[in-house]
Amino acid sequence: MSTLLEVSGVSVTFDGYKAIRNLSFRIGEAEMRAIIGPNGAGKTTFMDIVTGKTRPDEGRVIWGEKSVNLLRMNEARIAQEGIGRKFQRPTVFEDQTVHANLLMSLRNPRGSFPCLFYRPNRRDQVRVEELAEEIGLSGELHRKSGELSHGQKQWLEIGMLLAQEPRLLLVDEPAAGMTLAEREHTTDLLKEAAKTRAVVVVEHDMEFVRRLECKVTVLHEGSVLAEGSLDHVTSNPQVIEVYLGR
Amino acid sequence: MTRRPFILRNPSILIFLALLAIFTAAVTLMSEAFGTAMISTSFVKTLGKTLCLCLVALAMDLVWGYCGILSLGHFAFFGLGGYMIGMWLMYARTEIIVTESLANAAIPPTDQEIVDAIGTQIFGVVGSSDFPPIWAFAHSLPLQLLMVVLVPGLLALVFGWLAFRSRVTGVYLSILTQAMTLALSLYLFQNESGLRGNNGLSGLQNLPGVAASQAVVSVWFLWASALALGLGYLLCAWVVSGKFGSVVRGIRDDEARVRFLGYSVEGYKLFIFTLTAIIAGIAGALYYPQAGIINPGEVAPIASIYLAVWVAIGGRGRLYGAVIGAALVSLISTWFTGGLVPSVPLGFYTIDWVDWWLVLLGLSFVLVTLFAPKGIGGLFDLVSGRFAPDRHGADYGPDKGSLQEEEGRG
Repeated sequence: MSTLLEVSGVSVTFDGYKAIRNLSFRIGEAEMRAIIGPNGAGKTTFMDIVTGKTRPDEGRVIWGEKSVNLLRMNEARIAQEGIGRKFQRPTVFEDQTVHANLLMSLRNPRGSFPCLFYRPNRRDQVRVEELAEEIGLSGELHRKSGELSHGQKQWLEIGMLLAQEPRLLLVDEPAAGMTLAEREHTTDLLKEAAKTRAVVVVEHDMEFVRRLECKVTVLHEGSVLAEGSLDHVTSNPQVIEVYLGR
Repeated sequence: MTRRPFILRNPSILIFLALLAIFTAAVTLMSEAFGTAMISTSFVKTLGKTLCLCLVALAMDLVWGYCGILSLGHFAFFGLGGYMIGMWLMYARTEIIVTESLANAAIPPTDQEIVDAIGTQIFGVVGSSDFPPIWAFAHSLPLQLLMVVLVPGLLALVFGWLAFRSRVTGVYLSILTQAMTLALSLYLFQNESGLRGNNGLSGLQNLPGVAASQAVVSVWFLWASALALGLGYLLCAWVVSGKFGSVVRGIRDDEARVRFLGYSVEGYKLFIFTLTAIIAGIAGALYYPQAGIINPGEVAPIASIYLAVWVAIGGRGRLYGAVIGAALVSLISTWFTGGLVPSVPLGFYTIDWVDWWLVLLGLSFVLVTLFAPKGIGGLFDLVSGRFAPDRHGADYGPDKGSLQEEEGRG
């Protein structure tokens, strides 16, 4: 399997604190990966680096067949390259309808002028309806997204992510604050997405990770501690000591 | 798929344009020049100026209410627009006077002599007679009209590019815009600025080569201001509708999220900032010929703060709110500061409203912010039955400029 994203030898220091130390990570196309680790292990910082929010002190982040250096790009440019990100707290545009949220996220030219003269066409309308169907919000298309429940907002954000048609999805704690039924739906959405693209899920909840049935990377103090199937890593004595043992 | 025309999708635009047309027609029919003379010419001018203030408030609402950039410098662009049109008005009018007075001379004057005489006339007050380079286009109306758009537009483009590129946001950006307008005002106060220092440009109410009386000219300007406001309203409403509007409101509420969707936030901010600066410049170019005089005091930092107060009182994030706020506050302000409101004798002290008006304005601003964040425009929600969802005190997004709970529309 060809590599989609390769992070190698990355380190970040915040005010003298080494958040990420010599981290290396790679993911192929159409692969699901879970990242677990205790608080402060550098999971969110890792996502910040890949999406361009944080600049690492050293290391390389290489993307795609053409091996583009992501560190030279800003957040918007990286998103256009095909990296979508879902935040821990559901962040949707609450003052706008579900429809507007999805329409804004659809893969279309992102410049000011194309947007100013944009007219919704048949294809985009159909796509918005399909996505709403997929995330179970067909009936809520014309409601303000601020009125949605917490779980619905999480799905809407996943829907917005899918609308971007990214090649890599970075998902930060998607199941936080969800009911059991909502979690199952979320698992299905992510598994479906991982059939056609790479998905990286950061999660605390071991049950949720188990349901994803994928390779797991354990982060600890800013570097990779173990990698492999969930059973493999959970039987690793080091992992048990730093994470599961507590 | 058929889409209803843009105007029909936004009925508030039609209502606004209809009211504006009725207002303009009514004032025309009551004016001294075209009607029953129920309204004095000076009041027609006040109303025309008010329309221009509504237009600049519209620009402020676009940049602050929709894009979340609390710019406290938009009156600088307004003033620049006024200066640009003022240069032509002064030049052309002085040219006519000078040509007439030199026409009787024994030897016909050369072009250079005429230009020198105009320079002496205009710059005599600041002890100079040479035209500074910035007056290079003042002889031509089309070129100077172009400057009305270009000068505020370019200043906003350069300033905005520097500020947004460095990701200056929130209160720091507001301070930066205040610094810009203060710097501009201080620069214009200098005699060396080439715009007659603190004398400013005057006699702007006289249109060169137009014989019509002020009564007629005042109505013309009222029409022009109403037309500009109507077109400006249409333009702003079009810009904030559709996907562009979605992105811009997204930037107001959660800038980082918009960035991760792949939109270049800086580009959008720059677009809105520059567009609103141009609208402000055009509003200024229509305002100052009606005011008759412009001086550097007009671009003082406080003017831009008033602009934000108008929009806040009228209702941020809704275009008609900005218009209502600007019209109401500036007309009431004219009324109070014009000495028309009777003083209140308290026995030990007499409240003279000319002095106390600012206190009243400040108080009402505080009260509106505390108790009616939707502003006066929010009253329309009572009629249309739209209410904000209960968000338990949460704003619509993490950014400083994002809508507050009470401002939202259900």
